[in-house]
Amino acid sequence: MSEAATTEHPTNTGISHNKLAMWVFLGSECLLFGALISTYLLYRNEFHTGPAPGDIFDIPFTSVSSFVLLMSSLTMVLALSALKRGDIRNNRLWLLTTALLGALFIGGQVYEFTSFVREGLGFTTSPFSSAFFTLTGFHGIHVSLGIVMLMSLLISSLRGNLKEKNSETVEIVGLYWHFVDVVWIFIFTVIYLVPNPTS
Amino acid sequence: MNTSETAVTTEAAHDDHDHPSDAKYIQIALLLGIITAAEVATYFVDIGVALIPVLMIMMVVKFFYVASWFMHLRFDSPLFTKFFVAGLILATTVYLVFLTVFEFWSKG
Repeated sequence: MSEAATTEHPTNTGISHNKLAMWVFLGSECLLFGALISTYLLYRNEFHTGPAPGDIFDIPFTSVSSFVLLMSSLTMVLALSALKRGDIRNNRLWLLTTALLGALFIGGQVYEFTSFVREGLGFTTSPFSSAFFTLTGFHGIHVSLGIVMLMSLLISSLRGNLKEKNSETVEIVGLYWHFVDVVWIFIFTVIYLVPNPTS
Repeated sequence: MNTSETAVTTEAAHDDHDHPSDAKYIQIALLLGIITAAEVATYFVDIGVALIPVLMIMMVVKFFYVASWFMHLRFDSPLFTKFFVAGLILATTVYLVFLTVFEFWSKG
């Protein structure tokens, strides 16, 4: 193969295989969250004698959490942008900010779950509660994994191993993070904002 | 060309994409924030039968902006978009059939 051909097609697809793998993974994640959202929609009216979704959801509180997660997508993209410019200091700052915003979102979810349990909505209270906790819990686990990835990047950067040439690694973690945000965009509208049944 | 040179070339090839400025990202985030505020406003202001279509439109617009700008789909290889959209279409189709089978629409 000539040198020019190698430069044009460094991989056999002409694109990064790592990035492609992440996109394929994200495509498959659509099926997971699609299943969980559909199951919730089927069971949202099945609250039996337990609290109904319309009685228990705190929309103003969840709205703030949603805004926090949305803004973490901005800080993630700013972290990538800084690294591509070779601005290591700002890259670290935005990575840390993204992780903190993610942690704030998770803190809000823990508070929400705790208050629901106090109001009598446990995991096995009703089909609605099981579907709700499974869906939002799975999302929370995804956000938590994202925070672990962000902290790993930050530690790697502090050890001097995250340079401009490694920007694709940050981009791939960023793709995962933005996907988690996109899923919450769906959850927030479909589960919280669409009018819910009351008891 | 050896392996390390190829890797550098790969990296350089990816950096060639003309990504937007930080100011543009902030602009998009502001727009997303405004749409979220509008979504939340529908909880407090009764807009009648238009509620669900309006919420769905705002949700799709937010999805579009995050996927195309923050996830760089509009700048990257169309193959990435194809894989992601394939997953989305497959999921949407399968679960619309699933919800139909369980008579979700008639139950409300």
